[in-house]
Amino acid sequence: MSRRLAVENLQRAFGGVQAVRGVSFALDAGEVLALIGPNGAGKTTCFNLLNGQLRPDAGTVRLDGVDIVGLPPRRVWRMGVGRTFQITATFASMTVRENVQMVLLSVHRRLFGLWTPAAAGFRDEAMALLERVGMGAQAERPCGVLAYGDLKRVELAMALAGDPKILLMDEPTAGMAPGERQELMALTSSLVRERGLAVLFTEHDMDVVFGHATRIIVLDRGQLIAEGSPDAVRADPRVQAVYLGGAA
Amino acid sequence: MNRRHFLLAPGAAALAAALCVAAPSASHAQAESQPIHVGEINSYTGLPAFTIPYRQGWQLAVEEVNAAGGLLGGRKLEVVSRDDAGKPDDAVRVAQELLSNEKVELLAGTYFSHVGLAVADFAARNKLPFVAAEPLTDAITWTKGNRYTFRLRPSTYMQAAMLVEEAAKLPAKRWATVAPNYEYGQSAVQWFRQLLSEKRPDVEFVAEQWPAQGKLEAGPTVQALAAAKPDAIFNVTFGADLAKFVREGEGRGLFRNRTVVSLLTGEPEYLDPMKDEAPEGWIVTGYPQEQIDTPEHKAFREAYVKRFNEPPRQGSVVGYATFKAIAAAVEKAGSTDAEKVVDALSGLDLSSPFGPITFRALDHQATMGAYVGKTTVKNGQGVMTGWRYADGADYLPSDEAVRKMRPE
Amino acid sequence: MSFYLVQFLSGLATAATLFLVSSGLTIVFGVTRIVNFAHGSFYMLGAYLGWTLVERWGGTPLGFWGAVAAASLAVGLLGALMEVGLLRRLYRSPELFQLLATFGVVLVMQDAASWIWGSEDLLGRRAPGLRGSVDILDQPFPLYDLVLIGLGPLVLGLLWLLFNRTRWGTLVRAATQDRDMASALGVDPARLFTGVLFLGSALAGLGGALQVPREAVNLHMDMAIVVEAFVVVVVGGMGSLTGAFVASLLIGQLQAFGILVFPQITLVLVFLFMAVVLVIRPYGLLGRAEDAPPTAASPGPPLIAAAGMARWVPALLLALLAAVPLVAGDYALIVLTEVVILALLAASLHLLIGLGGLVSFGHAAYFGLGAYGAALLVKHLAAPMPLALAAAPLLAGLGALAAGWFCVRRSGLYFAMLTLAFAQIVWSVTFQWYGFTGGDNGILGVWPPDWAAGKAAYYWLTLALAGGALLLLRRAAFAPFGYTLRAGRDSALRAESVGINVRRHQWLSFALAGSAAGLAGGLYAFAKGSVFPTLMAVPVSVDALVMVLMGGIQTLSGPVVGAALFHLLETEAMSRTDWWRLVLGAVILVLVLAFPKGVAGFVRDLWTRGRES
Repeated sequence: MSRRLAVENLQRAFGGVQAVRGVSFALDAGEVLALIGPNGAGKTTCFNLLNGQLRPDAGTVRLDGVDIVGLPPRRVWRMGVGRTFQITATFASMTVRENVQMVLLSVHRRLFGLWTPAAAGFRDEAMALLERVGMGAQAERPCGVLAYGDLKRVELAMALAGDPKILLMDEPTAGMAPGERQELMALTSSLVRERGLAVLFTEHDMDVVFGHATRIIVLDRGQLIAEGSPDAVRADPRVQAVYLGGAA
Repeated sequence: MNRRHFLLAPGAAALAAALCVAAPSASHAQAESQPIHVGEINSYTGLPAFTIPYRQGWQLAVEEVNAAGGLLGGRKLEVVSRDDAGKPDDAVRVAQELLSNEKVELLAGTYFSHVGLAVADFAARNKLPFVAAEPLTDAITWTKGNRYTFRLRPSTYMQAAMLVEEAAKLPAKRWATVAPNYEYGQSAVQWFRQLLSEKRPDVEFVAEQWPAQGKLEAGPTVQALAAAKPDAIFNVTFGADLAKFVREGEGRGLFRNRTVVSLLTGEPEYLDPMKDEAPEGWIVTGYPQEQIDTPEHKAFREAYVKRFNEPPRQGSVVGYATFKAIAAAVEKAGSTDAEKVVDALSGLDLSSPFGPITFRALDHQATMGAYVGKTTVKNGQGVMTGWRYADGADYLPSDEAVRKMRPE
Repeated sequence: MSFYLVQFLSGLATAATLFLVSSGLTIVFGVTRIVNFAHGSFYMLGAYLGWTLVERWGGTPLGFWGAVAAASLAVGLLGALMEVGLLRRLYRSPELFQLLATFGVVLVMQDAASWIWGSEDLLGRRAPGLRGSVDILDQPFPLYDLVLIGLGPLVLGLLWLLFNRTRWGTLVRAATQDRDMASALGVDPARLFTGVLFLGSALAGLGGALQVPREAVNLHMDMAIVVEAFVVVVVGGMGSLTGAFVASLLIGQLQAFGILVFPQITLVLVFLFMAVVLVIRPYGLLGRAEDAPPTAASPGPPLIAAAGMARWVPALLLALLAAVPLVAGDYALIVLTEVVILALLAASLHLLIGLGGLVSFGHAAYFGLGAYGAALLVKHLAAPMPLALAAAPLLAGLGALAAGWFCVRRSGLYFAMLTLAFAQIVWSVTFQWYGFTGGDNGILGVWPPDWAAGKAAYYWLTLALAGGALLLLRRAAFAPFGYTLRAGRDSALRAESVGINVRRHQWLSFALAGSAAGLAGGLYAFAKGSVFPTLMAVPVSVDALVMVLMGGIQTLSGPVVGAALFHLLETEAMSRTDWWRLVLGAVILVLVLAFPKGVAGFVRDLWTRGRES
């Protein structure tokens, strides 16, 4: 399997607080890597460092061997890193289909057209992606009125529209019913198989984590404390201490 | 008299409203008995303190003309008056309305210089006589003068020249100036400096302040002037700025042992609001309305007080004289034909409350003058004292210089 | 040396008034997020009420200060009344709608003050016991100004106590930081807002009443102060009292010492200062990012491309408009010409506000640059009209490109005030550069050539050019360009993470909107025959904003409807009555209360509801 992402010694502080300290890990194509840890462990900060939202104080992030530190999110995205957010971020004034079309327009660098209606562009592709995530029936609804779980799926479709090599999913199932969660993660896993994606996700629901991750890394107070297969991590005493002691 | 044309019902939808505006208003066929329509435009909402006395002035004139049997053998003078909101582009639209819908034969009015210039340009374009009543800018009769535009009031140049005559007599050598930061202030100071330096090569100008109109920072401005230790000060600020300047200047001793020469400050519009705090001993141009006892002024003043139950102000005289001039011009032209009225206005002689005046054929500037004197406080009220009438004709540049400036 | 000390003290006295007024504004804004244009009117009202009461009671020190306090309280009550009677009904409307409502209040109050107190400036009594001056290092300095200097820090201290030592103050601070949290704490936001409006307005009224001994109370006081108060608020950092205090001090000193170095800089000084501060510090001197409001326009429902019959409405309207000259007279045609031009101006502003969430307070700059671009070519190069009209959008677009580069780096009210700063800089350059622009006396003789001189011919020309530009703007809104702009507004985070350079897109939109406004300006210049700096002054920016808001920001037809409605209303009211501001203000208030989504939004809702049922 080919190495997609290599993170070395990532550091980031806010004021005097060291949010991420010396985090290193790798992600290969076909992997579904879970990043877990108690609240405030630095998971979202990590994500923001990976996609360019934040700049690390030190460390390197290599994407297919290329250092992407310092690139803005839009450049990182163009290099093949898709993302969903902990608090969903969609374009509320557009319909579900238009949200996906918007991404497709960006993929094809068609953002500056002044004449041809946007709604005509990449309609079929957008519908295909929405069908894939099970949102085809709601394609014409405004994004602003969707249920939270549906929004998460729209976000997934938007992320897929960029045809990413890596998908960063920050709590992809938060706010969903248990059945929905398993469904979404099953979908994710099948996408990984279909497209040879590499997925990095954070999650609080341990059923989701242990049911779908191929490998897990554990973050506590900004540091990686464990890494391995789900079974190995489950058995790791440090992880148990963090979770039992942290009472998260 | 103040006829307003009702064109459409309020609240109509946009297009419906547009179409309503589109409906041509009642036509004014030019029968002999038809009134003569004059369009009047001024900043009634922008500067009511100045324009309302002005309006009363022209109302009186129009009433007198009509009571005396009207013009051209019985045609009444009818004025259609409009607000310009103090904006030149609005004024041009209003002028168009007056021309197209009200079929006016002449235009009159305006206060602000830029509004006056915009209407003057409109008048020239549409070959319509325009008597600019109040704007002071020199440009309206000189560098931007045109065949159809006439101006009644003494211009910035004339008023500055009147004050220079007095200023030159003072021993003061070090002068400071304070003027609002726009064309009126700029050109007043420029003329004052130029004309005074010609008469008195020994004077020097040691400080200048240019507060934004209406936003004078009185304390710092007064202090900055005082710091230059001038012998005398030339002031061009007016209205609320002037009141602030006077108060702060008194409080900080700026006027102690200094002469102030001040444009327009003697006009009741500016002097009255200051009540007993009116400055003492300033040399000003103005209008000592309660003291002038020439027969023509007494007649005007009595009629005005009788009609409006308040004394006239400078604006009242301007409004009155403007419409008396229009009436005289129409009568002299023997018709309302624009070209004939323009020809009649050129060189028109008439009697104003200030005495006889002439609209010069050369540059269409009226020779109406102003009163020059000193301010003082009497019975809790600012008044002028030791004044004299400065005839505008005596304070104009040579004909040759004027001809050079005019574009025609 | 003593001179500089006294000049410094004079600056402090200026600063004190500025602080009183702007502290009220910043408190109101911090909690309610309302851009309160009426704040200046409350200041003016405070001065008028103060004058009346001081005339009556002001003979003794107790009477004088009692009068000042009473005026301040009365104005505070009026502010609370405005909250209860007007603003409270609009909290669910798009945020900017409240701005429109306060603008209506401004108009009504201008005429109300003129009606009650008359048009003449009113010079009030001086403060008893404080008439004279003291010598400070041999320089006389007014006693009253010394009192003012002390009053600034005193009020700051009292406000600090109020906000840090009382339960009410704590709640207000909580609400400033997080409105939802405040309501979660069980605070009734409506009552809190009423209280805040009372406090803010009372401070404005206090500032006004304190001017009675210093200057003649007049009808221009509202406009003179309100823009400067916004500058102080934004320079200090929105919602920050200390920031407002520091900014007042700096601006006071700047004015005191600036005029010593550049006496002619008075027109633009505060705006230059604000521009510099905002370019360097995104949230003002002491503002924090988290206190900054979200972008002003909340995302509305999706734009609906007209379908079926409705698709033909614009074409039908255009055909109807093109036929008007067959029946209409000259005046109707020039009014309609203006409506078409203003519709383009409003639509160009709507591109920024409605689609980009970028509220500009300085859009007149590009209208004016267009007008001047055309006029200058005619004046200096004797250019023919087509060339001049082509230059109009070009110059305006270039101006917008330059200003926009800075502006799009800020958001919310900071963006708005930066656009205002640039507009004022452009305005003052135009106003003072006599040799090139003609200064405030403008440029005359910008008339169309013979073939376009007829009112109908020029109307058709305007209809063709402005109509074409409007069509282009409409297409652009539905095209990827407009979608991308909305994407950046809806969620900049998401947009950036799907490859959109939000800032660059906003920048280009700013330039596009600027050049569209410039075309409107060029057309306006030839319609009027002359151009003046008033075309790029604040009132034109405000008018454009009012047109957009009246029509409703959530529809593309909104600005066009708003422009027509506003302009026809204004011209009609103006030709009928001297109280046209009262009429206009009252109509705005009625519209705001009756159609909280704007007129076009209301019609669209009716339409949608009709189709659904």
